[in-house]
Amino acid sequence: MKAKTFVIDPDKCTGCKDCEMVCSLYHERVLNPVRSRITVIRDPLNGIEFPTVCMQCEDPVCVLVCPVNAIYIDENGAKVIDYSRCLGCRTCVITCPLGGALIDPVSGKTIKCDLCGGDPVCVKFCSTKAIEWIDVSIANQKIKRASLNRYLEALKRSK
Amino acid sequence: MLQRKVAFIDLSKEKVVVQNISKELRKKHLGGRGLNWYYIYNNVTPEVEPFDPENLLVIGAGFLTGLPTLGSGRTQISTKGPMTRGVGDANMGGAFGPELRYAGFDHLVIKGKAKEPVYLFVNDGMVEIRKANHLWGLDTYEVQKALKEELGDERVESMVIGKAGENKVYFANVMNNIKNAGGRGGTGAVMGSKNLKAIAARGMMDLQIYDVDNFIEYALQMNQQVLSTKWARTLSRLGTPLLYDVSYTTGFIGTMNWQYNTPGKEGEPLEAEYLQNYIVKHTACMGCSVHCRHRVKIEKGEYAGLVTEGPEYTMMGSFGTLVGCYDWDLVIKGNDECNRWGVDNLSLGAVIAWAFELYQREIITEKDVGFKLEWGDKDAVLKLARMIVEREGIGDVLANGFIEAAKKIGEDSLYYAIQVKGHPDLHTDERGVPSFALGIATSTRGADHLRSRPAIDLFQLPEDFLEKLIGYKIKSDFTAYETKGILVWWFELYFNIVDSLGVCKFQSTFNCPHCPQYDEYVPLLKYATGMDFTKEELIQIGERNYTMERLFNIMNGMSKKDDYPPERFFKEPNQRGLPFMKGRKLDPEKYEEMLMEYYAQHGWDENGNPKKETLERLGIEEPKPNFPEVE
Repeated sequence: MKAKTFVIDPDKCTGCKDCEMVCSLYHERVLNPVRSRITVIRDPLNGIEFPTVCMQCEDPVCVLVCPVNAIYIDENGAKVIDYSRCLGCRTCVITCPLGGALIDPVSGKTIKCDLCGGDPVCVKFCSTKAIEWIDVSIANQKIKRASLNRYLEALKRSK
Repeated sequence: MLQRKVAFIDLSKEKVVVQNISKELRKKHLGGRGLNWYYIYNNVTPEVEPFDPENLLVIGAGFLTGLPTLGSGRTQISTKGPMTRGVGDANMGGAFGPELRYAGFDHLVIKGKAKEPVYLFVNDGMVEIRKANHLWGLDTYEVQKALKEELGDERVESMVIGKAGENKVYFANVMNNIKNAGGRGGTGAVMGSKNLKAIAARGMMDLQIYDVDNFIEYALQMNQQVLSTKWARTLSRLGTPLLYDVSYTTGFIGTMNWQYNTPGKEGEPLEAEYLQNYIVKHTACMGCSVHCRHRVKIEKGEYAGLVTEGPEYTMMGSFGTLVGCYDWDLVIKGNDECNRWGVDNLSLGAVIAWAFELYQREIITEKDVGFKLEWGDKDAVLKLARMIVEREGIGDVLANGFIEAAKKIGEDSLYYAIQVKGHPDLHTDERGVPSFALGIATSTRGADHLRSRPAIDLFQLPEDFLEKLIGYKIKSDFTAYETKGILVWWFELYFNIVDSLGVCKFQSTFNCPHCPQYDEYVPLLKYATGMDFTKEELIQIGERNYTMERLFNIMNGMSKKDDYPPERFFKEPNQRGLPFMKGRKLDPEKYEEMLMEYYAQHGWDENGNPKKETLERLGIEEPKPNFPEVE
């Protein structure tokens, strides 16, 4: 299996929240954006639309700190919560530096992205590709291209 | 979807009653605009004036609002409006409607007048009336920020009024975020008259979807269908300003208050591509995959540093062609001011342009205004706009809209006001397109382009395609009158359904015949709500809802005489434009025939009154008050 990664581009995020809506539907079988595993910080009054989600770290701190080893890594590389073990102690929520683990305000359970079994539903609904789940090698090319563009932009401004 | 409730709120008595919305009501009216008018039709009697406490202000989420498809972030705001003294109605994008649903409600029916400024906080099944003295006077951005701060939650979504609503400017609107406006009909003025500064919503209540797996699949399919159209792809890039290029090169665009139908070459600086120089980012309403809005920044000049959202096509007329200004900076700056004030930029622009022409014709003078109103004078435009919102000097007269203002300025001045039923028109010039002219004339909220405009009429589509779409033989020629009464009828019902579902018109068969319509709404409704509707049933709901709005206008004194486009469009031919537009004006006899065809299609008599058998067929009864009495 090729390694995959999320590539998130806030400049492309429109703040439509389709990702939050379908994430809650897919996982909780009800529509309720606050129960989504992906969160868009949508603040048009201050000019902000910013998606945040678990990046499925290579060396995940959530797995390391979980006192009951409730987070396992599945065949897609997703760090998944085993609810038969999870205490809801929030240690992963507190320690994740990216805000990848959350608390469902309705059920009280700790939740996090499980990649929907390898084909994330949020990605399917993102019409601007602000969030993509792609092969690492492609991601690297995109990241390099983006840094080149930033460099060219800076060059233009400095002239 | 079916658990969402209606709250009856009496601001005078400070009481709230919550009720369920029956399946039977859904079957008759769906939600959004349809149910809003069910409540108003039954409870607002003709003697109630728009600013009386007894008038209702009804807020409604559509039946499909808050879903990840078809731009379903819409909210409907309805009331007896101050400009027409009939249907006052607005549809707003953004995120308020969805949040209202997550908070447990689909409709808020608001009556009475608070003793001092208040706001409503709608939260997880509860409605609370809270003091708002400290919020009164804030502009629409400031008050929304203050509410998020005060309620300690950045996911709070509010619909608010600004200075214009507080001052009861007749065309004040309600706003959500930077640029989502419940623009038309003067609903913000009615909200101001109730001392209601804002409605803040925040919720965490699950919205039940009937068939989750099929819904997800179908919602995605709908989004892809929309995005596959050239219309949506262009809209994604340019927003509604894309309409400018075709309208000014052809000759559809009111210029110097409709004295001309295009500025010609002079209008070139406003071409949509130039807006690219200002765009920082594209943004969207909730549930929208198209993102037709822009975040813009002015980099240099007088307004350097301004970051805001918009503008829409409406503003390119209002602070553009209508006043002879062709400068994106002014359009963007003016748009931002209008949004802060909470005023319908479309109506404001039409009223300002009218004043400029009255000045040109020396019906009003420098003495009346305090300064000169010369075409192309940007400062004069902004200054007069501010005076109207602040109700200073002549602004106080103009703030009451065309009909009231003309009583003070002189009845002859009304000829130059481009309005129907007292409601200002979009800056489109309808003289050359009979179906557009009929649409603005019969629109229940007065002159307007979003109640029926069959924009696809301009595409001259093949007649067999039109017959398949509309179900009737429709002439392909957009300059024809025959069959266009039927075309307008079809779009009146259809747009009512779009508004009642709470989906976006830009993702409907408005500007693009390949976008989803009835056939697609049937399965979407089934998967989302579990309720079965046939296409025929949906069309009949549109008919029922539209006829009730018509009846409300009739109850309030309107009749056939109010179903005509501005007199000017019959008398003065187009001065400019392409050969097929130049010299065109409306033909009174042909218009009359088209109007009769339209009435007949609706099942209304030759005076435009719905026939008894039509009302029986639609199951429309006499109004029966049902606002629950609270002690």
